[in-house]
Amino acid sequence: MRKRRETLKDTEQEVRVFRNRSLLAALVVVLMTGGLVTRLVYLQVVQHDIYITRSDKNRVRVEPLPPTRGLLLDRNGMLLAENRPTYNLTIVPERVGDLEETLQLLVDILELPEDQVAVFKERSRQRQRPFQPALLMSELNEKQIAQLAINRFRLPGIEVEAQLLRYYPDTDIMSHVVGYVGRINAEELANLDKGDYAGTHFIGKTGVEKEYEAVLHGEAGLRKVETNARGRVLRELGRTDPSPGKDIVLSIDKRLQKLAYQLLDGRRGSIVAIQPKTGEILAMVSSPGFNSNLFVTGISYQDYRGLQNDPDLPLYNRSIRGQYPPASTVKPYVALAGLENGVTTPTKTVYDPGFYKLPGFDRRYHNWLRWGHGRVDMRRAIVVSNDTYFYNLAHDLGIDRLASFMNRFGFGEETSYDVYGAASGLMPSSEWKRERHGQVWFPGETLSVGIGQGYWLATPLQMATAMSVLANRGEWVTPHLAKQIDGEAVKPPKLKEDIELSNEQWWNLVNGALEDVMTGSEGTARRSGQNLAYRMAGKSGTAQVFTLSNDERYNAAELEERLHDHALFTAFAPIEDPKIALAVIIENAGGGSSHAAPLARQLLDAWLLPHDESLEAAAEATEEHEIHETE
Amino acid sequence: MKPNESALLQASRGRAMKRRRSVWERIHIDPWLLGLLLVLLVSGLVVLYSASGQNLAVVEGQMMRFGVALSAMVILAQLSPTTLYRWSLPLYLAGLAMLIAVEIMGDIGMGAQRWLVIPGVVRFQPSELMKLAMPMMIAAYLHRRPLPPGLKDILVCGIILAVPVVLIAKQPDLGTSLLVASAAIFVLLMAGLSWRLIGFLALLAAAALPLLWLNMHTYQRQRVLTFLNPESDPLGAGWNIIQSTTAIGSGGISGKGWTQGTQSQLEFLPERHTDFIVAVLGEEFGLIGMLLILILYLMIVMRGLIIANRAQDTYGRLVAGSITLTFFIYLFVNVGMVSGILPVVGVPLPLVSFGGTSSVTLLAGFGILMSIHSHRRLLPR
Repeated sequence: MRKRRETLKDTEQEVRVFRNRSLLAALVVVLMTGGLVTRLVYLQVVQHDIYITRSDKNRVRVEPLPPTRGLLLDRNGMLLAENRPTYNLTIVPERVGDLEETLQLLVDILELPEDQVAVFKERSRQRQRPFQPALLMSELNEKQIAQLAINRFRLPGIEVEAQLLRYYPDTDIMSHVVGYVGRINAEELANLDKGDYAGTHFIGKTGVEKEYEAVLHGEAGLRKVETNARGRVLRELGRTDPSPGKDIVLSIDKRLQKLAYQLLDGRRGSIVAIQPKTGEILAMVSSPGFNSNLFVTGISYQDYRGLQNDPDLPLYNRSIRGQYPPASTVKPYVALAGLENGVTTPTKTVYDPGFYKLPGFDRRYHNWLRWGHGRVDMRRAIVVSNDTYFYNLAHDLGIDRLASFMNRFGFGEETSYDVYGAASGLMPSSEWKRERHGQVWFPGETLSVGIGQGYWLATPLQMATAMSVLANRGEWVTPHLAKQIDGEAVKPPKLKEDIELSNEQWWNLVNGALEDVMTGSEGTARRSGQNLAYRMAGKSGTAQVFTLSNDERYNAAELEERLHDHALFTAFAPIEDPKIALAVIIENAGGGSSHAAPLARQLLDAWLLPHDESLEAAAEATEEHEIHETE
Repeated sequence: MKPNESALLQASRGRAMKRRRSVWERIHIDPWLLGLLLVLLVSGLVVLYSASGQNLAVVEGQMMRFGVALSAMVILAQLSPTTLYRWSLPLYLAGLAMLIAVEIMGDIGMGAQRWLVIPGVVRFQPSELMKLAMPMMIAAYLHRRPLPPGLKDILVCGIILAVPVVLIAKQPDLGTSLLVASAAIFVLLMAGLSWRLIGFLALLAAAALPLLWLNMHTYQRQRVLTFLNPESDPLGAGWNIIQSTTAIGSGGISGKGWTQGTQSQLEFLPERHTDFIVAVLGEEFGLIGMLLILILYLMIVMRGLIIANRAQDTYGRLVAGSITLTFFIYLFVNVGMVSGILPVVGVPLPLVSFGGTSSVTLLAGFGILMSIHSHRRLLPR
């Protein structure tokens, strides 16, 4: 109807409509503003606490302050593991203009392979919040640092950060005993105190580094800082300083260790030397060693495969994991077992025709000397290392009395204090065989055990430990590596009871026989015992790797190298006041008296003779060698 | 104008007006509006100083712009509504031409094609001109027609509205296109568009929403999705809204104090001195500061509605009403998006956010209001 009046404008009505609409608009405006106010009240009053926490979480960052790892020193204060500053490359993608271009530029500047761009790109994403730096690369070398410094203006958002990294100066020689640190893996992370390790990237993986992880690591500190959104620290709000890890002085003598390593000369083997009075391990060498520095930042796949596939097994710690038949080195202990159990006397003799036969059996158990040693008593049996005497003695003892007496010298048990991963070896008994193999013990098996063969397995550390106990005339010492922690002497508890014999004189008998091994006219190691300036006790051993059939003869020339006998030698000196006991084993080298004994003699000379300069010579020689390598 | 209405207006104004008339009306300035605007501008500068990280250069730059904008306001206030009425069509056509020019050869800034550059002279956003030209054009069209508008008029207005809005939306500048569209729609609503038609058009708009969604840019869709669930992408698209609500919420009732807002000062709040400046206000001055600024805005809006109601002709009423309500929409959309109840569209806080063009447009709009208010004809035409 209104439309009919077309061209006529009804101004009065228009004004009225406009006024109504204005009032309505004003009402709507007030209501909408009320909506905004409601929202603001909700945010600023109702949820204020949530948002104030959120804004504090934004600006306040708790930064862990990782502690400095404790140093490892040898007994003379020489560095075995230190912390060196290295340089890492980091990126803050927010500050980078064109990420792709910058990464390409980096790869060109650092002269890296092209495919590194993709790796960098992936790594630049690995972080928790914006403006946090992501790690692109660690261990920049000096040339790379210089190149980055020159091109700094072209690389906004790229930083070079300093970090302390573990370094092992004498890595190959010390690799097994010291061990190494590596990046913390997921499994380790799950079992760690997250707070203490928040800023730590590395953890001890093997050796002393692993055993004393808790001591070496120290306690992390933290600081609360206020940061802006770019992650730049504006001020410190609070701080707890970290307490650095404790330094550990090891009982190892780096010079002796070096000399031992040199004497092994790359052959597969191990040397363990112990101070009998204290149980301090003076040297613990496994050869060949490896470069443990490779493991610190993460070993490359190729390097790791190379070590894994090396037939000489450089990663294998022979000193504590290598389980060898102790062979004839055990004869002094077996002799004492016979005396203590009353099955023989020092003067009782056995006739040796070159073999032994169990009563009622035809099988011959051969002496190492085909034609026999004739009539032998205990002393001569030890000196000439007669097998027939000990077959007979072992048979009279029986396996269980033998085994339990050998346990007292630490065989078949792990008796060390702080040697990470030490194996327990194997001291067989009839009970063990029943449990392990479900079979009864055969008397013939006792005979092999009587000369340190058969099921009997021992680590070089165990052989050296037993030799220390013998040197101490039964007084037990616990072998250990840490001498001082943070200036305090380490006093390991006695883990086994002292051995007290019914007759003290028997120690003299056995130790005297061991001296005759070196100096007697029939002594197996008499060639290594010439011109001794001190009284040395020694016992050779030759461990069969390959079991000969009954009447076969061992012929080194016909056998593959890997089937050759292991050469063993255990010794201590001086007899009246033992200062060092040691075990030498060289895999597949042949007879112990001819191959292992000379090494033992040289080490004892070096350790005991004041005018002997081979320790210093060894130390210097290696250093020269190192210098050549770095050039 | 009818004599009885004129008498009514005179009576409502009373004697006080008569005394001041000589001063303010001669210079064509509305003292109420000017006073409220100046309070808002000064408050805005105080907040901006903090929001820019205590950067005086930014504040000085803003003051320069305000100077230009206030000049534009004063100059426009001197023009008579009749002149503005005559300019409506040419201005609209010029704006349209420039929008087409931008579409063809515009400068790309901040990822969108919005700027028209006359090299060495000026960089100019034609869409800003449209914010004023649009309500003027529609009001001018309706001026001589019987109101409320009939269906044919609405169709014509729809076309006048749609062409520039689509062009602006294509730039893409969703915020401005919404503001321009709402300016036109407010003219129609204030003109007395019948409720049945409003309901029908609202249904039509709702039906068109899926179509709008399909024509949105990916980043625009992302903004809507982020609005619905900001935590879905806390470091990316959700970052802005999480940080701005955190800033406002952590301000509490009385705020953290001027220049003491950690969210703002430590740069967690993005675009803190432009689109998100109200979060700085909320963080540093708290709920009290927010309420005060909202009241200030409301007073400006109310003054604008009063001016519109006192206008002497259809054109003046409609233009003044639309400009006032669009100003409120600015405020509502900006505060709504920063406080997380609306999706993020690029709408600044009027007269407070750093940036020149929008201040000039807004104050020019208030200049038009003052022109309408102060050029009173003694005799109705």
